[in-house]
Amino acid sequence: MFDYRTTFGVEYQNLFNRTQIEGKLDKGAPLEWGMENRRGKPSTSFLFGLIGSQQVGPYYLGATGLASLICGLIAFEIIGLNLFASVGWDPVQFIRQLPWLGLQPPAPAWGLHIPPLAQGGWWLMAGFFLTTSILLWWVRVYRRARALGMGTHVAWAFASAIWLYLVDGFLRPLLMGSWSEGVPFGIFPHLDWTASLSIRYGNLYYDPFHMLSIVFLYGSTLLFAMHGGTILATSRYWAEREIEQATDPGTAAERGGIFWRWVMGFNATFESIHRWAVWFAILCTLTGGIGILLTGTVVDNWYLWGVKHGFAPEYPRVYAPITDPGLLRAAVQP
Amino acid sequence: MSLLLAPFQPVAAALGGLRSGLRHHGGRFRVGLAATVAAAAVIGLVFTLERPAPRNVQLGYRGTGMGAIYNARLVAQQLGLQQVDAPLPPSIPAGKTAAQAYKNIQVLQNLDANEFLRLMGAMTQWIAPQAGCAFCHSLKNMADDSIYTKTVARRMLQMVMAINTQWQSHVDGVGVTCQTCHRGRAIPAGSWFIQPPPHGERNATEADSGQDLPAAVAGGSAFPYDPLTPFLLSAMPIRVTGTTALPNGDRSSVNQTDWTYSLMIHFADSLGVNCTFCHNTRAFEEWDQGTPNRVSAWHAIPMVRDLNRNYMAPLAQVFPVELRGKLDDAPKVSCVTCHNGAYKPFYGASGLPYYPELAHAVTMTPPAGSRP
Repeated sequence: MFDYRTTFGVEYQNLFNRTQIEGKLDKGAPLEWGMENRRGKPSTSFLFGLIGSQQVGPYYLGATGLASLICGLIAFEIIGLNLFASVGWDPVQFIRQLPWLGLQPPAPAWGLHIPPLAQGGWWLMAGFFLTTSILLWWVRVYRRARALGMGTHVAWAFASAIWLYLVDGFLRPLLMGSWSEGVPFGIFPHLDWTASLSIRYGNLYYDPFHMLSIVFLYGSTLLFAMHGGTILATSRYWAEREIEQATDPGTAAERGGIFWRWVMGFNATFESIHRWAVWFAILCTLTGGIGILLTGTVVDNWYLWGVKHGFAPEYPRVYAPITDPGLLRAAVQP
Repeated sequence: MSLLLAPFQPVAAALGGLRSGLRHHGGRFRVGLAATVAAAAVIGLVFTLERPAPRNVQLGYRGTGMGAIYNARLVAQQLGLQQVDAPLPPSIPAGKTAAQAYKNIQVLQNLDANEFLRLMGAMTQWIAPQAGCAFCHSLKNMADDSIYTKTVARRMLQMVMAINTQWQSHVDGVGVTCQTCHRGRAIPAGSWFIQPPPHGERNATEADSGQDLPAAVAGGSAFPYDPLTPFLLSAMPIRVTGTTALPNGDRSSVNQTDWTYSLMIHFADSLGVNCTFCHNTRAFEEWDQGTPNRVSAWHAIPMVRDLNRNYMAPLAQVFPVELRGKLDDAPKVSCVTCHNGAYKPFYGASGLPYYPELAHAVTMTPPAGSRP
């Protein structure tokens, strides 16, 4: 076989290469509609070229994009300024304590009432603008895909993530009748919320939909590694030309497929692997959202629910039976 | 505009240099990258690995992850700090009681006069080794009550006796002396005050939520920074986890759980243990899956409440202003006050057998001038 690499060098014979080519820049395909809002003269960035395409721009802003950015900025400011105020407007402490700072939802006593700004109203307002911003960004993703004549797969994958976000911060608090069940804004505070939620509702690991969500989360990383690894490993046989390989499998597809059949007896195809990937990603947040929505509304203690349905195992006893001393409280307390 | 951009010029220059450097010296870039990754890995390992390797003491059935993790080096350090003072030599009975021998004896009236002196000597060694008798007494008239520390010490004697007699459920078999808390310091470690919002009123911005600031008392987490006031002074409900598989009207909230969580971190930190010392973490609320330690810990809650409400808080006006909290309250007891990082104070060693008078029942009369 003629060896391109000794003759022409390793990189450029392969579409999968790290060579950055300079030349006339592409403004993008002419569209039937939605051409008017492209901004900026395309340029190149060597650093971007190291991790992706070196071309920067043009970008598309449009009405939904602009509105989304404005709403996002308002939410960012509400959260940021409240966090700043929580350290007495001390810039040094703001930076030092930033991971701890948070904006909490209204206290449980407020239920679903609208509290004054200082009592959780800021949280509601930040949530409103952040949600509006995210939904507008979804519209933008959908419309850009349509304008380019693409399918809307990305928008629906994004919608699955939005579903989980809405369940956590809006739909579940609505069903529970209390804004306080929502997620606080803040780095540690929102993580602490996950820990407290799990403890309050008897250990989320016994929630079957949480289990599914973890399957799809870890499964996504596994699929990502398998797919990315297979393509890079077969790119020397032009595996990067995925569409050609899907419709007319050449030696790259053959080798990739044979590799997995040898390793595990079965292989995805160049077409189906992408459906595997997008469905794993979508199902991660879809099942996760269902799991959270059921927590506290339909199930109050997931561990006891697991016992009830026979999948939480019982371990042999190590100590003599331990009784809740609270049952004897009257006798014990003076 | 150029003034605004000026600070970014060095950054732009650095990026430009990086860019041209990468173009012309790709190999050097790879060496640099490898060195950076290696340095990050070394730093990461240094802060990740413990020396020596910690030991895991199994506390539950295998597979449940229940264990106490100990680092021999840190335990050795702790052991050095957790030594019961050598007892003073036994006293020769004087044949008369303290009340007969001295004036103004209110608590230890029936104690032998020489044993009374021995105990006074031990208290000096435990609480004020430098200041000596004068820390509490007017040396001209030892019976005089003019120094506030004497009023406090008298009440603290009653407290120690109450712990040893009425709170056997928590201190059973070990008991406490003054040293358990004081350890040579006039004010024990882990004393605390009611914490008002640290940054005061915030006008129109979000009011203080009691959390989302580094909480020293809760292991430096962002959980509520004062879980002691609601639980160890007031008696807010601590149990939050659902008790039935399906909802039954329990309105305990996630927010409430933050407070309980904070208190539990304080427990664990004070005792130098982790959650599994008491709990099987798959079901925190299930008593029968946890360890018996949880029962002892449970009795500590009403005990500490009793100490804070009936002994410490009423002394607020006795303490001088500079020893009171921001809300003019007295210093109070938390778990760390006695435990000091050990699962049992002094790892179970006790000074009490050398001073059995501290385990006598006592009639409790609050000192004059204290408020309820």
